[in-house]
Amino acid sequence: MPEINLLEAIRQGLDEMMAQDERIFIFGEDVGRRGGVFRVTEGLIDKYGPLRVLDSPLAESVIVGACIGAAMNDTRPIAEIQFADFIAPAFNQIVQEAARIHYRSNGDWSVPMVIRAPYGGGIHGALYHSQSIEAFFAHVPGLKVVAPATPYDAKGLLKSAIEDNNPVLFLEHKKTYRLIKGQVPEHDYRVPIGPAEIKRPGEDLSVFAYGLMIHYCLEAAQSLAASGVSVEVVDLRTLRPLDVPTILASSRRTGKVLIVHEDNLTGGFGGEIAALIAEHAFEHLDAPIVRLGGPDVPAMPFARSLEDAFMPNPQKIAEAMRRLAAY
Amino acid sequence: MVKEADVVRTSLADEDADELRHYYYQMLLLRRFEERTGEMYVKAKIGGYCHLNLGEEATIVGLMAALKPEDYIFTNYRDHGYVLGRGTPPGPIMAELFGKETGVSGGRGGSMHLFDAERHFMGGYAIVGGQVPLAVGAAYALRYQEKPGVVVAQMGDATTNIGAFYESLNLAKLWKCPVLFFIVNNGYGMGTSVAMGSSEPDLWKKGASFRIHGEQIDGTDVLAVRDACRRLRDYAEREADPVILDVVSFRFRGHSVIDSDRYRNPEFVRKGRQDHDPVRNFATLLHEHAIIDDAWLKATADQVEHEIQEAIDFANASSDPNIEDLYQFMYATEVANTPGPEDAIAAVKINRGEV
Repeated sequence: MPEINLLEAIRQGLDEMMAQDERIFIFGEDVGRRGGVFRVTEGLIDKYGPLRVLDSPLAESVIVGACIGAAMNDTRPIAEIQFADFIAPAFNQIVQEAARIHYRSNGDWSVPMVIRAPYGGGIHGALYHSQSIEAFFAHVPGLKVVAPATPYDAKGLLKSAIEDNNPVLFLEHKKTYRLIKGQVPEHDYRVPIGPAEIKRPGEDLSVFAYGLMIHYCLEAAQSLAASGVSVEVVDLRTLRPLDVPTILASSRRTGKVLIVHEDNLTGGFGGEIAALIAEHAFEHLDAPIVRLGGPDVPAMPFARSLEDAFMPNPQKIAEAMRRLAAY
Repeated sequence: MVKEADVVRTSLADEDADELRHYYYQMLLLRRFEERTGEMYVKAKIGGYCHLNLGEEATIVGLMAALKPEDYIFTNYRDHGYVLGRGTPPGPIMAELFGKETGVSGGRGGSMHLFDAERHFMGGYAIVGGQVPLAVGAAYALRYQEKPGVVVAQMGDATTNIGAFYESLNLAKLWKCPVLFFIVNNGYGMGTSVAMGSSEPDLWKKGASFRIHGEQIDGTDVLAVRDACRRLRDYAEREADPVILDVVSFRFRGHSVIDSDRYRNPEFVRKGRQDHDPVRNFATLLHEHAIIDDAWLKATADQVEHEIQEAIDFANASSDPNIEDLYQFMYATEVANTPGPEDAIAAVKINRGEV
């Protein structure tokens, strides 16, 4: 199996799906001639033409809104939000319209569209090019929210998202784009939306994370193995719908839970996971549930020292694991 | 480029008499549907927020007369007349207003959220401006699939002050989308007049900097609206180019059924209802041209009353939506780990004190 990075996996996923299904097209800022600001869509305009790879004006509300209308009219659009931070003007369209049309039309209309958004920090992008946005959208019934960590999952989940008849927010951690490499088969495959995956089995405690944090958690788990602590790392992969059975089964088995995300802690998605475990697996727990997230500051600061202070990293995660193991 | 409103009609010589009578019938149906809806609201058969199309009968019937079955329509929340004008039977519409399972949205939507997939009625939208970008996308999809037709983005005057409106104009022009931006200009966004809310009160000019052709029309004249819509609709389809129609109408009542309309001068409202009643004015016109007579008017009124009473009876006799279906249609496909009928039932048992 060839080894490719996460960005290439997404590009391949887009390319292969567009080749199979003429209903698919891509809308977004600079996705055509420039190939996207991260070059995820590079080469696609040459292959599929300007009617299928559309350079949109700088206007997120209508990028998403037009995709919804097109999706209701027998096509399968993919919107690219250049940086997840820029999604705010499209919030109305995503939350009020895309997520609700199927429900409020009593099943008359559906919105088969994907919104791709590069998110996350650790890339020196400062306040408006580093944000994590998953908590805002995972709150919304009617949406699906996917956040893959590996090239294999990214490609397989992207294909599932494009084939899904519901609106899917597809979050790509931008630091993983070129940093994370992995084996991806050449044959056509899917990773279903919904199921989490145990990326590393363990006995002493369970860690739940997604995106870049999975790699940091795996690194931290590895560092603890030498001292005899066995950590299970569960990659949620999909935040809505959440794989509650896998989360509860792992929590019950190990009895100790650490939840890690880069997003700031208060009101973050980790709170939902903690609440589920507390409600449904309380009697199996041997320690308080621990959350590790970004600090509650308005956004990721620019200076390297401050950014480092913000970001969870393998050292911080390992320390949280050690404390929890020792509890 | 800008064409003024079509000239006031002095001759009906080229018109088909049956068609004219049908327009009147439709306008009266809308009028009485909305008046009876207001009554049902007062009787607490309808709750929540409810906005009537009273005074906009010619605007709606004129538009619908110009549209073809392949066209798509997105509207704002003041949508009863549009779905009725498009041909949806009154019964399922009234049932939706009552919140019944036989309603056009299964009781999920209510007044502001009507749908009819079969008739390409893409919904009423209660977030002002929410529907406008969608209409552009639907029009792009038509072009992309090389299908005939246009998409109507209906909105109120105040919607033209929202950012998404301008984003939509820009994209529609850039991408050659056949969209008719249909602005129902009744002079007020709730209680704020057009002049107070818009630095350019001539709404048809708002497409100028996007190079979008705009016109203004008297929305109380059904034939003028129909002719303008036909011409602009065909232009939009033929040239794959968006157009704006600023349709000036008169709102008979407050913004919604519970709005006491204190911000408008009562004399202004009284005079408006007297001078700009599209239903009465059209009846007078047809009468003058001997296209209808008193007997026909009486028979038509009786028929309309009967149809609307049937719709009310249908709504009254319909069941409430099933509690089990609370979580249905959350997603278009089966989704694991989402609640289902048992969860819905459990919640209602607690409500009923059965647990």
